[in-house]
Amino acid sequence: MWVYIAKRVLLFLPTLFIITVISFAVSRLAPGDPAAAKVGVGAEGGMGSRSNLNERTVKMIREQWHLDKPVWQQYVIWTGGLLCFDMTKVFSQQGTDWGNTRFTGKPDLGKSFLDNRPVFDKLIERVPVTLIMNLLAIIIAYSIAIPLGVYSSTHPGTFTDKASTFFLFALYSLPVFWIGTLALTFFANPEFLALFPSGGLRSPAAADWSFWRRSVDYAWHLMLPMMVYVYADFAFLSRQMRSSMLEVIRQDYVRTARAKGLDERSVIYKHALRNALIPLITIIAALIPNLIGGSVIVETIFSLPGMGELSYKALVSRDYPMIMAVFTISAMLTLFGMLLSDILYSVADPRISFGKKTA
Amino acid sequence: MSESYSAFVKKQFRKSTFGMISLYTVACITVVAIFADILANDKPIIAQNKGELIFPVFKEMGVTFGVASWPKEYATIDWKELQYDWAVFPPVPYSPGGTDKKLVSLKDRAPSGAHWLGTDDIGRDVMSGLIHGSRYALSIGIVAMSIALAIGIVLGSLAGFFGGKFDILISRLIEIVITFPRFFLIITIVALVEQGSLWLIMMLIGLTGWTSIARFMRGEVLRVRNLDYISSATALGYSTRRIIFRHVLPNAIAPVMIYAAFGIVSAILFESALSFLGFGVPPTVVTWGSVLFKARSSTYSWWLAVFPGMMIFITVSAFNLIGDALRDATDPRLRS
Repeated sequence: MWVYIAKRVLLFLPTLFIITVISFAVSRLAPGDPAAAKVGVGAEGGMGSRSNLNERTVKMIREQWHLDKPVWQQYVIWTGGLLCFDMTKVFSQQGTDWGNTRFTGKPDLGKSFLDNRPVFDKLIERVPVTLIMNLLAIIIAYSIAIPLGVYSSTHPGTFTDKASTFFLFALYSLPVFWIGTLALTFFANPEFLALFPSGGLRSPAAADWSFWRRSVDYAWHLMLPMMVYVYADFAFLSRQMRSSMLEVIRQDYVRTARAKGLDERSVIYKHALRNALIPLITIIAALIPNLIGGSVIVETIFSLPGMGELSYKALVSRDYPMIMAVFTISAMLTLFGMLLSDILYSVADPRISFGKKTA
Repeated sequence: MSESYSAFVKKQFRKSTFGMISLYTVACITVVAIFADILANDKPIIAQNKGELIFPVFKEMGVTFGVASWPKEYATIDWKELQYDWAVFPPVPYSPGGTDKKLVSLKDRAPSGAHWLGTDDIGRDVMSGLIHGSRYALSIGIVAMSIALAIGIVLGSLAGFFGGKFDILISRLIEIVITFPRFFLIITIVALVEQGSLWLIMMLIGLTGWTSIARFMRGEVLRVRNLDYISSATALGYSTRRIIFRHVLPNAIAPVMIYAAFGIVSAILFESALSFLGFGVPPTVVTWGSVLFKARSSTYSWWLAVFPGMMIFITVSAFNLIGDALRDATDPRLRS
């Protein structure tokens, strides 16, 4: 098992290398000089492009963000930072001195173009919102999807089964960005129903409130986005659960369990359900990389201060260091998700082993 | 077994009510997309102006394809203001990009007799936008999927057929591409290049979406490679290309179509999500997603949120149902 995990992680290294290269290339792909773009970020037009001050600023920025160095050195500095090494002093006018590498113990992903703050710090403070919402959504989705899928598959052809299958299919085909927009338009809008706040996490006056009132306020703000998150995962999961359960019920060992006189309850919950859950466990891995992608949409719609909104803002304002960081992190999450899926698979299903086969 | 596999799949597919309804739905959307110019246009289809019979809509098509050019007197004309002897306008007498200058207040933009589905904040007719948007949606789905199909089928069959180093190389490539955070990769590239275009989006979706097809094809080729009929084909001295395209592919085409149906869904969703976030197509191009994008800035305009989303939903459901029906139809357990 451990050997297998180690092997997989080793195999990820070339993939990770390619991903960092792509992430680096993408950020350099944009036309024009990032430093000039950075100058443009601060001032909304109005700056003469040829002014002396402007050129000095660009030069300063180029030095500060290492843009004056050759591309491969920039890449080395950036990757070093990612792996917690400070390599900014390695390359200097005097030549290359690898001895200047320092271990810092903290990833350094550069500084944001927008406010000069370290990208890593900005990301870390956004993680809780995104993580809490996604985890909560996944838990809620699983806890509804599993019983529903079991019921639907054990009562095939009944009205409830047909209705829920149809309903789930419709849910499954509803685009998240549409449902989010509709929810905002109709339920968080003074023109129609202002049941929920239209965005953010807290009411403006919340700082003075009691803990209890603040929590209620927090929950009230999270309600709509949570529903959007949950429905998307839920529709997908229930469909999977139903088909997986239907598949299992047809198996011989389920028939055997019935034949030896077990009551329906233990046939379904002890013999069938456990096996039907295997594909569902591994689906968690597919949901993980969606963390950022899905959050970009939901958090932008409801203006929630999470990672998704951060990446959206970075994209709009062309904040390259931030974009590179988010890109690399989502790729890593995908890799992590795949690894997790493999491991969970072997934990959930003893028939699968990755080590040497014991004779 | 007297009937061919594809005939069997077709027969099974016809048994699925939802599958057939969806097929007709897609056909309808295709017809709308093809005849979008005639269905929604600010020019008359046929009109008589100063005793001369003119066909402005068809003339416009000619101009688009570069085989005709506007005569001087029509080049900068407002077709609505022209004093015709008589004229037949399309059912939706607006172009997707044309702005209705008669609208003044916010209330005027709501759905009305003149604009059935309302207009956006600068007076562009939503219904016309949706009709023309079906063109973009379908072409993005089909072009992106064709790119993915071409790459997936070729790489997958080569890996399966030749095995060895080739297989390892392609399998590694598949593993790497799978780990790309697709949505974020596409959104990043589209947001960073100077001006996003539809072609770029199609390319990106296609270039990142071929892995499941390649995996399937590889497995399929590996499975049939040692079967008798492939050995006989090899013994007869047929070329690799001929064996793959004439002997392996025909049996694999139905399952590949399942991937294609779901691939079209994700391509349409990708593009709409991109446009919805404000990246993607240039602002002059009206797609379903870009109408939805407008809904974000004007929360009063509920019609901007409801109708384009409905079109996306209908199209996506139809392709999803076709995919489901195909999957059921190709299920080997159904074969007796």
